[in-house]
Amino acid sequence: MKTDTVEEVAAIDNRPAPQRYELGLGRLADPLVGRAIELIWREAKLLDDKDYESWQTLYTEDAKYVIPVDPDTDDFESSLNMVYDDARMRHMRVTRLVQGYSMSAVAAARTSRTISRFTVEEITADTVTLRSAQVLVGFKRDKFQMLGADLTHRIRFIGDDARIELKLIRLVNSDSAVNASGFLL
Amino acid sequence: MTSPTSERAGGFAGLADGDRVAAQLYTDPEIFDWEMEKIFYSTWVWVAHESEIPEAGSFKMSHIGLQPVIVNRDRKGNFNVLLNRCRHRGASVCEVPKGKANGFTCPYHSWSYSLEGNLRGIPYPDGYEGVTEKRDLPLQRLRVESYNGLIFASFKPDIEPLDDFLGDAKIWIDRFMKQGAGFPVKVQGEHKFRFNGNWKIQLENTTDGYHFPIVHRSWMASVDAETADMLSFMTDDAAVTHALGNGHSVAIMVPEHVDLEEDDGNEELQERFRHIIDELSQTMPQDQVRRIVRSMHGAGYNLNLFPNLSLSMSFFRVLRPISVNQTEIQHMALGLKGGPESVNRERLRIHEHFQGPFGFGTSDDSEAWDRVQRGAVANPDMPILVNRGLGREVTVDEGWKTSHVTDETGMRESYAMWKRMMSDEN
Repeated sequence: MKTDTVEEVAAIDNRPAPQRYELGLGRLADPLVGRAIELIWREAKLLDDKDYESWQTLYTEDAKYVIPVDPDTDDFESSLNMVYDDARMRHMRVTRLVQGYSMSAVAAARTSRTISRFTVEEITADTVTLRSAQVLVGFKRDKFQMLGADLTHRIRFIGDDARIELKLIRLVNSDSAVNASGFLL
Repeated sequence: MTSPTSERAGGFAGLADGDRVAAQLYTDPEIFDWEMEKIFYSTWVWVAHESEIPEAGSFKMSHIGLQPVIVNRDRKGNFNVLLNRCRHRGASVCEVPKGKANGFTCPYHSWSYSLEGNLRGIPYPDGYEGVTEKRDLPLQRLRVESYNGLIFASFKPDIEPLDDFLGDAKIWIDRFMKQGAGFPVKVQGEHKFRFNGNWKIQLENTTDGYHFPIVHRSWMASVDAETADMLSFMTDDAAVTHALGNGHSVAIMVPEHVDLEEDDGNEELQERFRHIIDELSQTMPQDQVRRIVRSMHGAGYNLNLFPNLSLSMSFFRVLRPISVNQTEIQHMALGLKGGPESVNRERLRIHEHFQGPFGFGTSDDSEAWDRVQRGAVANPDMPILVNRGLGREVTVDEGWKTSHVTDETGMRESYAMWKRMMSDEN
């Protein structure tokens, strides 16, 4: 069947018509979005520096930090994840990473991560949800490691303060082999 | 390949000697190639649990050694294990890790096969008239047998029955499945990772109680006191490893949880499960609640099945050799099929805490195994020692060599089987 528009192609097998994004609104220049990105980049720096105790303070008390296995699920509670941390698990994780008993944490790769491709998913009066792409390069014992991920951050603003309420890390290889590492994403 | 005897006096068997093995077993690519032939392509290899392919048409991709296979359940309810390779020009016929299908169609020239592997269709068949018959070209089928939900396959059509191969390990498989607490055991999800080391390093680790408080100190420090106490087996005389024959062994870490149906009522349920106990108690009799909660951490042991599966407390550990110095590991989280949702979720959280690439246990195991591979290249003629506990090893009434769980009885059993299979007579 010959088609002339994308809407016609989508209609062939009953897929929804393509979404028309409003891209002229300058939402990346919204002050809340700027503050959210500042926080996300600060977080990346703290993680590359392995300053996990400071990193932990960036999260709200009820925040979730999630690295799912299943690329399609949003039901993390009923699924097996690589990481599904509430405040209690985050605290134990940080303790483990800094305590010196974990041989993988002691010997963890040096990392350098870049986060970009920000898109604004939602802005409310006191939250901003951003998606982004992260490319992490790690180096350990003569070997480079690369990890790609799609990130979702939901940032909550309380007055001058901004904290992470949700961080969702969807690794591009999440349902395949992901090698063990002594660092955090 | 040339025969190993042409290269080495005494073949490979001489490299494993009771309480020590040559470090080349980790590092020599030629030994690895022969292991694929003489072990992985010559014995029963675990490929799936029945819960992973629950319905007619369910399939999953798996491996035996280096070779890709498809495991499926057909309409008669039989399990089929097929080489994932089109009979025409060799393309893989399936690249979906798991799903449901009526059959498999090669993407290259659309040769299509049934779930049983029969070649059903060839497009434009006139070119094959008088040249080939469809019935002569099924996907290669392997021998398949299952025991208590565990599906094994073999390249060897005349191999001994699976029952005989498993032998005394069957007792321990049956006990392991009791953690379903009245429900069938199901796979709930899996973690997968690779480490830079030989597959036997992981095989050894499954019955290595000795490393636990050292490598997993950070995990021990993070769990509640009751869970840490449950796994304080270093000085517990009842915590033993039995060698079960055919390379199989069992390392008992929590003696009171060997048979989860046996309960003298003295054990207090862990306080960490209070919310589950309270919830289940609203609808279930106390003895059933107790049975489910006592089983939350799984069976009290790791059962090592030579060469690639372990039933480890509350999960399956599957190893897949990739090369002489790379191995892929799957940790499959187990749950109760049809059981309470809150229990299955709690079991997922327990699994996530220890297992997986970001788990508090796996990452340190993986680092330790990498270090073995890195170190073992230093003078590969210097043996790897598996002699711990040899002086206190006894044979119990069942005929099983037995020593403390921190001893290396299980590894000696694995290497005895390795030696048998790698010898020139096989």
